[in-house]
Amino acid sequence: MLYREAGQFKATYAADQQIFPIRQDRIGIQLLLALAFVAVPLFASEYWLKAIMVPFLVFSLAALGLNILTGYAGQLSLGSAAFMAVGAFASYNFMLRVDGMPLLVAFALGGLAAALVGIVFGLPSLRIKGFYLAVATLAAQFFIVWLLTKVSWFSNDSSSGVITAQAMVILGYEFASPQAKYLLVLGLVATMALMAKNMVRSSVGRAWMAVRDMDVAAEVIGIRIMHTKLLAFAVSSFYCGVAGALYAFAYLGTVEPEGFNLDLSFKILFMIIIGGVGSISGAFLGSAFIVLLPIFLDVLVQDVFAGLLSPTIASNMQLMVFGGLIIFFLIVEPHGLARLWQIAKEKLRLWPFPH
Amino acid sequence: MQFFLEVLIGGLLSGVMYSFVALGFVLIYKASGVFNFAQGAMVFFAALTFVGILEMGVPFWLALVLAFGAMVLLGIGTERIVLRPMVNQPPIALFMATIGLTFFVEGLAQAMWGASVRGLELGIQDEPIEWMMEATGIGVSKFDLFAAGVAAVLVTALALFFQYTRVGRALRAVADDHQAALSIGIPLQTIWRIVWAVAGFVALVAGLIWGARNGVQFALTFTALKALPVLILGGFTSVPGAIVGGLIIGSSEKLAEVYLGAYVGGGIDSWFPYVMALAFLLIRPEGLFGEKHIDRV
Amino acid sequence: MNGRQIGDVILDLQNISLRFGGVKALTNISFDVREHEIRAIIGPNGAGKSSMLNVINGVYHPQEGRIVFHGEERRRMEPHMAAMQGIARTFQNIALFKGMSVLDNIMTGRITKMKSNFIEQAIHIGRAQREELEHRKKVEEVIDFLEIQHIRKTPVGRLPYGLQKRVELARALAAEPSMLLLDEPMAGMNVEEKQDMCRFILDVNDQLGTTIVLIEHDMGVVMDISDRVVVLDYGKKIGDGTPDDVRNNEEVISAYLGVAH
Repeated sequence: MLYREAGQFKATYAADQQIFPIRQDRIGIQLLLALAFVAVPLFASEYWLKAIMVPFLVFSLAALGLNILTGYAGQLSLGSAAFMAVGAFASYNFMLRVDGMPLLVAFALGGLAAALVGIVFGLPSLRIKGFYLAVATLAAQFFIVWLLTKVSWFSNDSSSGVITAQAMVILGYEFASPQAKYLLVLGLVATMALMAKNMVRSSVGRAWMAVRDMDVAAEVIGIRIMHTKLLAFAVSSFYCGVAGALYAFAYLGTVEPEGFNLDLSFKILFMIIIGGVGSISGAFLGSAFIVLLPIFLDVLVQDVFAGLLSPTIASNMQLMVFGGLIIFFLIVEPHGLARLWQIAKEKLRLWPFPH
Repeated sequence: MQFFLEVLIGGLLSGVMYSFVALGFVLIYKASGVFNFAQGAMVFFAALTFVGILEMGVPFWLALVLAFGAMVLLGIGTERIVLRPMVNQPPIALFMATIGLTFFVEGLAQAMWGASVRGLELGIQDEPIEWMMEATGIGVSKFDLFAAGVAAVLVTALALFFQYTRVGRALRAVADDHQAALSIGIPLQTIWRIVWAVAGFVALVAGLIWGARNGVQFALTFTALKALPVLILGGFTSVPGAIVGGLIIGSSEKLAEVYLGAYVGGGIDSWFPYVMALAFLLIRPEGLFGEKHIDRV
Repeated sequence: MNGRQIGDVILDLQNISLRFGGVKALTNISFDVREHEIRAIIGPNGAGKSSMLNVINGVYHPQEGRIVFHGEERRRMEPHMAAMQGIARTFQNIALFKGMSVLDNIMTGRITKMKSNFIEQAIHIGRAQREELEHRKKVEEVIDFLEIQHIRKTPVGRLPYGLQKRVELARALAAEPSMLLLDEPMAGMNVEEKQDMCRFILDVNDQLGTTIVLIEHDMGVVMDISDRVVVLDYGKKIGDGTPDDVRNNEEVISAYLGVAH
């Protein structure tokens, strides 16, 4: 009964074009932000902040990036992890080689470097489509990881390309505690999520979706296909690049090129499938699901089936559950958790009179 | 020159092995429009199952039959549980489902048979053919030649199967147009099951040959990644494309590794085939054997 | 219908030939379109009508012939450039963006008129936000004009066929085109829907002054609303003139009814 929009009339187009046109949603998102910015750092344990909340946010950002490309612009990519790697290594090198480089600028430059690489590997999309393109993005995946491993300059001549990210210092304050790191990541991710939402509800987002849904018609109404596709690759790679920088600087601290392998790319792809292809909130839901699922399964194996399953079987069961869930989601709800949430809200609007 | 030829021939023959895996992709893509990413996992599953059965003391040929049976079951299961409920979904969703299937099949194979690396002995040595070595000075592996022979037999058999049997004809009809095939009474689901079973068989053969060469281990799943550039080169729907594409990728990869790899630190075979296939696509987007597509509006 | 004044030739097609490989889609076709008129292209299936529209808005590139638009000869042109020059169109098989709402679909029609770049849009203050609102207002005018207010937030995939056609027309109109190409706007509609569509086409032509080139199979409609008609058969022009001229043209009659040998 609480979730009603009766009585909320919109007298202007501005009111109708807000991100959350329904008042209850606005209150909901404010509560959520308050929770994330205040309650979580105050009450969450160190383990939760370091091992769950930070990776959750970092992966959400990467999933957002992939969702812009795949969900909105319709270009399937299997190379997200490679663009994360570019972001991580570029930020590291900017910090290393430029004296007094501000941290946030280094992140932005890392993102831009990834965007440039994204444009280069997006070029084939102008001539090839669908599965051919998906396979082509694998070229980016393998080539970039190889290059970062082989050319030792990128890792400042460390063995097998391992880099240790610099301390995160902004205006003399060092983000060292789990709380501080979490808040920094949260601030960046929230800002970039808002910007992504703004893009997809503006003409650039509509151009992406138009190209996704029917490229010939899109061209006929005046959309420049090349420009639109490459922009999607650039923006998407920028998001992945920043996510990669955060992955190195705020989450792991030490990373190697091999850490950004195909498995990680698939993981991010699964996030958007489960969360919802073509949905901003879906990136967050999917990331939460994929981050939490292995932890949940571990707990299940260790506490509930303690001793019943050998470690090999248990880890393979995890693979099977993972794969099975992907298939399950695609069959039952191809639009993912975000759609389930939307359906729940629609039901709630009508409840208790469903007709 | 001799060295060049040796590298080239070695490359061509290993290209045949890529073709094996690519062939499995092509079969399924042709008949159902599904880009089956799980083909590599199927190769792994088939090889592991075969070795697992063999280790239980079952004779070779019976183990082969049983392993094939397992692949048929896997194919039917996939059709029933994954494909049928997703009939009206876009191809990209089906593709993602097969990535899920990859994880599932890999997990299943290792849960059933364990994750340790196994050897597999087919009784053919991976050593140069002596008389050829003596006559020309070029070393060609017996095993590679055997693999090429198996490929030739397999491809011929498949071609005959497609061309001259009832099922083959129905299959081509389905590949052409699902709706039209359904409307003239071709049982779509049966066809799909057959195709998945045949793809399972191809995976089994590929698994045996790859497994005998490199050991039966998780790395077999990566054969799929080797086959993908072959597909972009040869086209997703062409059986000859898979063969020729495999040969091109195999030989150029080896040549590049030998002549180019030295300058850049080696290991370029992970990405070189992709970049090459891509460069090729930019010139000819429809692939080697694909048809030019005209957009109608 | 007499409020409008038919003006000079704005589009002149001269000796257009188009081939796909060995297949001749159009052979040596010439005709012109005058400002503010309703120009129909008719002909049996496979006569090359849709190809003709595709040539006009740059989807296909004819191997031979000259196209003069607003007095300027056109070189090879891409479809988005045609849109910039004020040519909008609808498609034979509805080509809406299925994943988007009616409102968003129509908003895409204004994409060439939006000036803010993606960074401004990401920050979404100032020009980008103002633009959204201004263009929304324009789009709402089109929505009112075509009487589709009740479905503006509906995903287009859920709409019945007739309404989808109307949304497609709305998307084309949102671009405020000077020339509108309609590819079978009434195909598959019932009588009532056809009447509505006819009214909209006439209103567009009359009130907005838009030049219209349309392909239609319903002869009654074509003869009623068009000023001049071009008849194609097997990629060749076999008739051109007012509806009455065309109706009495021997060649046209035989193409439509068959001829005794």
